[in-house]
Order: sequence, then C-alpha cells, then structure tokens
Amino acid sequence: MVGDAVGTGATREPSKLGELLRMRHITKVFPGTKALDDVNFDVRPGEIHALVGENGAGKSTLMKVLSGIHPYGSYEGEIFYDGELCKFSRISESEAKGIVIIHQELALVPYLSIAENIFLGNEQGKAWSIDWSRTYSEADKLLARVGLAESSRTLVKDIGVGKQQLVEIAKALSRNVRLLILDEPTASLNENESRKLLDLLKDLQAKGLTSVLISHKLNEVAYVADRITVIRDGATIETLDKQADAVSEERIVRGMVGREMESRFPARTSEIGDVALEVVDWTVYHPQFQGRKVVDNAHLVVHRGEVVGVSGLMGAGRTELAMSIFGRSYGRNITGKLFIDGKEARLRNAKSAIEHKLAYVTEDRKGDGLILGMTIRENTTIAKLEKVSRRGAIIEEEEHKVAMLYVDKLHTKCSGVEQPANSLSGGNQQKLLLAKWMFADSDILILDEPTRGIDVGAKYEIYSIINQLVAEGKSVLMISSELPEILGMCDRIYVMNEGRVVGELSGSDADQEQIMTIILQSENRGSTSPTDSADRAATAAEAA
Amino acid sequence: MIKRVFSVLKNNAMVVALAAVMVLFQVWIVATNHGSLFSPMNASNVILQNAYVIILAVGMLLCIISSGNIDLSVGSIVVLVGAVVGTLVVNMHLPVWIGIVAGLLLGVLIGAWQGFWIAYVRIPAFIVTLAGMLLFRGLALIVLNGLTISPFPELFQKIFAGYVPEGASQGSAFIPTAIVTAIACVVFAVTQIVGRARQKKAGAAVGSEIIFWAKLLCLVALVAIFGLLLGQHKGIPTVLILIVVIIAVYSYITQKTVPGRHLYAMGGNEKAAKLSGINTNRMLLAVYTSMGLLSAVAALVCCARFNSAAPSAGDGYELDAIASCYIGGASAFGGTGKVSGAVIGALFMGVLNIGMSIVGIDANWQKAVKGFVLLAAVVFDVLSKRQASAE
Repeated sequence: MVGDAVGTGATREPSKLGELLRMRHITKVFPGTKALDDVNFDVRPGEIHALVGENGAGKSTLMKVLSGIHPYGSYEGEIFYDGELCKFSRISESEAKGIVIIHQELALVPYLSIAENIFLGNEQGKAWSIDWSRTYSEADKLLARVGLAESSRTLVKDIGVGKQQLVEIAKALSRNVRLLILDEPTASLNENESRKLLDLLKDLQAKGLTSVLISHKLNEVAYVADRITVIRDGATIETLDKQADAVSEERIVRGMVGREMESRFPARTSEIGDVALEVVDWTVYHPQFQGRKVVDNAHLVVHRGEVVGVSGLMGAGRTELAMSIFGRSYGRNITGKLFIDGKEARLRNAKSAIEHKLAYVTEDRKGDGLILGMTIRENTTIAKLEKVSRRGAIIEEEEHKVAMLYVDKLHTKCSGVEQPANSLSGGNQQKLLLAKWMFADSDILILDEPTRGIDVGAKYEIYSIINQLVAEGKSVLMISSELPEILGMCDRIYVMNEGRVVGELSGSDADQEQIMTIILQSENRGSTSPTDSADRAATAAEAA
Repeated sequence: MIKRVFSVLKNNAMVVALAAVMVLFQVWIVATNHGSLFSPMNASNVILQNAYVIILAVGMLLCIISSGNIDLSVGSIVVLVGAVVGTLVVNMHLPVWIGIVAGLLLGVLIGAWQGFWIAYVRIPAFIVTLAGMLLFRGLALIVLNGLTISPFPELFQKIFAGYVPEGASQGSAFIPTAIVTAIACVVFAVTQIVGRARQKKAGAAVGSEIIFWAKLLCLVALVAIFGLLLGQHKGIPTVLILIVVIIAVYSYITQKTVPGRHLYAMGGNEKAAKLSGINTNRMLLAVYTSMGLLSAVAALVCCARFNSAAPSAGDGYELDAIASCYIGGASAFGGTGKVSGAVIGALFMGVLNIGMSIVGIDANWQKAVKGFVLLAAVVFDVLSKRQASAE
C-alpha cells in the first residue's frame, strides 16, 4: 500500500482526497544525522493544523523542505500541493504558489514604515517610480484585515512585537497567501497578545485561509488547532483530530515525549529559612525617557530555600526590577534600599552584585546571557574567573575540571566542554547559563523567564535544577509569563503591573483567575491612560 | 590518517599559505637567478623591515578582539612620537633615555586620550581615531615644521637597530647566535611538553600525540634554521628581541590571563560580558592605551631604522597593521583572533614585499598585488571556516 503511494504519479493520488498539501515519505539527511525519517504530513484546505514536537524533533526542517530552503533533490520523498507535484528549488517558487512562512525571528526592517515593510520586495507601481499613495492605501486595507489599528506610515521600530507579528501576517496576505506557516508566533508575546493573534488566525480561517502553526505552547495548540501532528526524533508519531479524538494537553505531551509525564513540575518540600533578600521602596526611572517610572516603589522579600514568583503582563516592569536590583544594570535615578542577609547592600555595578552573591539569569540567552562564540568551558567560568586563576593567570586544567563537573551535574547534552555555546540547543544553553551562575557561588538567583522557548522535557529538567538549588538553601526569584509555571513552582507569588507590586499570593492556594483578577483590579485603580487600561482589562478578563 | 593531516592543514590555513608563498618566491627567485629568498641577509631583512608592522599588528589585534574596532591613528602616532623624540635627542641633544621615556609616555597619553572618548563617552572608535589620524599628523608636521630630523645618536641606533653580539664581523657572530638559538629551542620545547603533560594530568582534552610532536618539531626546526641564518649575517637584530618579548607578553595576556579572557568575552558579546561583572569601559580604555604605547615603540624602531624622523613617516602603517590582523584570521566583528595569527599575517605581507622586491616587480604593482592578496586571504579563511562548520 505504502509502496503503491510512492509509485503513483502526481495526477491521481492527491486529488481524490482533496487535500491542499500532502508531504509523502520525506527523508532529509544531514551529514551525520537523519533530521527527517519518512515523514508524512497533510493539510486540508481551510484548517488550522498544529505541528508540535520537542526542540530538534524536525519541525523546522520539515517546513524548510516545504518552502524550498532545502531545495528539491536534497531530500527524498514527494510534496503535492494543490494536486501538483512540487519541485521547489528556492523560496520565491513556493511563495509564488502562496506558501508563506513567518519565522520566529521576524524579518522586518525597523527603520522603514509598516507599509514599506509589507510591500518590501513587492513594491507597488513601477521599479523606477514607486506608487506611494497606492502603497499606503493598500497597506491600510491590509492592516484593517488583521485588526491592527496603526497608521501604515508608522515605523516598525515604534510598535511592539505583538503588532509586528500582525504586520508580518499582513505582509503574507499582500502576497495572496493560501497556506500560512507560523513558526512559534507567540514565543515573545504576552497572554493578551497571543490570544489576539490566535483569534485572528481563527478569523482568517473563517475567510478561507489555511494555516500551519508550529508551537510549544500546548494550551494555544489545543485552543486553536483543528488537527495536531506530533513529530518526534524526525518521524511523524501521530495526527490527532480535534473532532475525533479527545485532545488534552496531557495527550499531546504523551505523544511528544513518548511516555506519560506524571507531572509537569517535579515535587519539592520547601524548607523556608531567614530573609535572604529584601527590596524596599525601590523606584527606577527609564534610562532614556526622563520622568517615566518603570518600577514604582516596589517592596519584596525572598527567603532562603524559597522560590518566589513574579507574575504580570509583559511590560509590567519585572525585568527592569530584576536588572536594577542586579547592580543597577538597568535604569537611572534608582532609589530605595536593598538588604542582603539583613545587611544593607549598596550595589554599584554587576561586579559588586556578583560579590554579594546575587545572580541575574537573563531572559535573553543569546542576546545578553551567553557569549555564543565561546566554549562551554569559557562560558561556565566567565562570571568568576578568580576561582580558577592564580595571580591573574587562568589555570586551564582547573577550569576544564569545573566545566565538566557542571555538565555532569546538570546533564547538559554536549560532545565535550570545548563545544561552542552556539551549537547547543535552547534547553542546554539555559543549563549552561545556570551553570555559569552556580559556579559564581550565587546565593540569590533571579531567573528571568528560565524556560522560554525550550521544550517540555528540558523544562522539567530546569525545574529540577531550581528545586535542587533551593534545597541547598539558596533563594530563587523567578520571573515568568507562563502562569502554569508560576503556579506549579513557586512558594509565594508577587503580581506586578505597570511597575508596581500589586499583589502577593501564597503559591499553594493561588490560581490563574486570582492573578488575573489582581491585575485587573490594579488596572482599575491605575491612573495612566484610561482607555488603554480599560482595553487591556477587558482582554485580561477574557483571558482569565 | 590522510584525512587527519588534511584537517590539521586546514586549521592552520594561514601557516600553509605562508609556506606556500615562500616556496613560490624561492622557485621564482632561483629560476630568475636573483640568488635565494633564504639568504642570511634576507632573513635579517624580513625582521628589520617588518618590525613595525608586527608591533602595530599586535596592538591592533587587541582593538579588533575587544570590539571589532580598529585604530586608524597609529600611523599618525608613529610620526608624532618620532618627531618629538627627534626634537628631544637630536635638536635639543638630551640624553637618549629621556627621549625614549618621553616618547613612550606620549604614546600612552595619546592612547588614553582616544580610549577615554571611545570607552566612556562611547564615540565610535572609527570616528575618534579618524580624528586622531588628522590631529596627530597635523601636530607632527607642526613640530617638524615640514623638515626631516636626522641623524639620530649612535646609542639610539644601537638600541633599536643594532645586533647582538654588538659590532661582530661577518663570521664571529655565528657561534653566540647559535648558542642563543639552541637555548631558545630547548626552552620552547620544554615549556610545550610540560604544559601538555600538565593538561593531560588534569584530564583536559589534548590533541593527538603525533600531531603535537610533528608541530613541535616543525617549529623548533624553523627557529633553528632561522637562528643559523641570522648567525651567518650579523647576529640577532635587537628588534627581534623586542618583538619576541612583545609577542610573548601579549600572547600570555590574551591566552592565559583573566583580563585576556574578559577581552574575548566583551568582543563576543558586550552585554553579556557586562552582566557577568566585566568592566568593559575600563577594558576599552586599556586596549587603546596599549595601542598608543605600541605605536610609540614602533615609532622608536622606525626612527632608528631610517635614522631620521621625517614628515612622511608612518604613512599607511595603520592599514598594514589592520591587514595583518585580518589575514591572520581575526574577525571583523570582534571576539576572535590570536596574537600568533596577527604575527603570521604581518610576516605574510613581509615575505610578499621582500619577494616581489627581489624579483623586481614594480612598486605600483606591489601595492595592487597586496590588496588582492588581502582579499584572497580573507575569502579563503571565511570559506574554509564555513566548510569546517558545515561538516
């Protein structure tokens, strides 16, 4: 039967099933690894089809095969699109057929307007004379279709990531897209923005658009997808149909990791000790815009052996709070007091913060966490080289030993400590970042979105490391936008909104609704921009 | 086995290219009856002619590692320091050591001045040093009043352009030079072997045994041959000692010390380096100050070699230094590059110069060829790295 399907030509097979896309027996081999092994993937017209799998499972490779980034001939198998056998050798060929991919890292030019970005490479008018009035009027129409209330003359740098995502979709629509592929579209969006984006997808679906959604966030997948295909280790495991199967998050996780996950959060009995860190009357102003408070009179306490969560919408001032605590690495005119182990600490810079055994594990691993070109060994020791050096000279053998130690301790997957950081997967990069701060003898670790963009299995490992840290009597302040993670991991939870700490909950009896209610109530009391906050409150209520 | 040899060659692509260029010229020179590239005099000349490039390239490499930035003002610092030293020791007849100290101090001051604007006011290095290029050459012309200062005192010449042993005739320098060479070879080999043994003991990954010994043998042989060639000429040039010291110190700092590691870290990712507690401003200041100091050293070497401080001195030196670093494998984005690479880059340019001069290629053509070689070397390097990462 299978052999028969391979043998038959373009004409007969796909048309009888009426599928928009059929990828058949796709096998893609890179030197040394088989990235895709006999993968089948079908998309029906007008559906939203989610593609899920752990990092490195082959999702992106499959989409690269489809779009022609990996050209015809570099893989085995066949692609039928609209009943025709496709032999794309470059992206422009698949785009001509209406297949558009929006990558996780957006491809917009910040200093061009929204309209210029939408029609980039597809300029309106003639090559030597662009029709600007048509450019802007067409762009405005497209923005209306995606529900973005911005002038098309606004520069892309002036709008947030959520809106930029919508611009990308508008750009795809301008090219008469028929099959829209979104690679982790909500990775850097908050819950509101994500919900809006997913609703837009449903909306476009009602108007006949077919889309493929690659995502880690299983609640989103369950919310929006008609069918879900799970890929593991380069092979298709199963395709779940929302109508036929009972699709729960647990069900999807089982397909992804190949076993039943008993719990997504490892168990921990907390032993809470004395106050380790106390932040009093902490106020921070924006480094560029004078008079704009990003953190407003914040109070918080972290005990030894405690995991404290900081929840809030994006832009609530959480990262700013964390970085300003970490040796004034963000903001200016910082006022307030810091107490570490009961003694007041004046931290002038990151170095003095490290000396006070504070660590800030950044949300942006690649941007300001790791030095990607350096090896695991060099990244492990960079925050406290004194420990492996004598009179300013680094003892490389010593360094090698400690790097190995942390690789073993955290189960970092690598070929050795001389492997460069940029060749590690997201989860292992996060482990390396944690190793760096553990090596620096940190007692108080501020973890900013510690599991962003990493897969379910690696998340569990990161949680286990966090538990291990607090079991050793260290303190963890965890910032996260994922409410299940905050609720599953924390002993206590602070809720922040618009720079203020607006609530404190005990981890054991908090739930998502409570947190959203606190945010909502603080919005009502808030004095800034009433229309905007009313709008946000409405969506927050809806999300809760 | 063949595959392994191949990969070793690929990892040392520039060394292979340097050897290839030497062989090419040797064949050409012998074929056209111009003597030999490997004559005692040429061995000595390669060092004398390129001393300033090597010194400047080492300093420039630090600028490039730290931030991917370059220093355009080094040629102008060379002429200004030369002019000031010349005025002091020639025109004003002050003792030579005062001239040397004053010259080095001036270099440090100029470097710190530029470093301050780059590090603390965060003016792009390109702009600060472009301004410096104009400013310091202007000042030099004012000091010189458009005239050339010469001759320099004999002592000054002996220090920066002399030979060890001093004043030996053609034959008598051979034995002392051979002894020094032998000692250098032994010290080098012993440090390498001991270092490897220590790493092995600590469980660190060490490369293959055969390759290590082959490499060591090649290097020792090269040093020995070079030393014997120098011995047949006039002995060891004093600048060679100076260069070896500078290379050794800067290699040690960049490869083995905490500040060196911080330098690579900030070049790789400045934000991450800052959040790791590295004072990146102070590092930048130090890097440009060291560039100023090395420019002053290069100025002293040039004054002694040309026995004059001329208004046209140092012209285009910054480009020679920058080219050496890039040929030697430094990345234009910062974060990578080695002192040894920059030195090899400088030698590559030097061999090219001397080879083309011997076979009598026109000076204008020499410039064109060097430009092409710079591009070719970097393209070659980029392509071989890309291939290596694809494997």
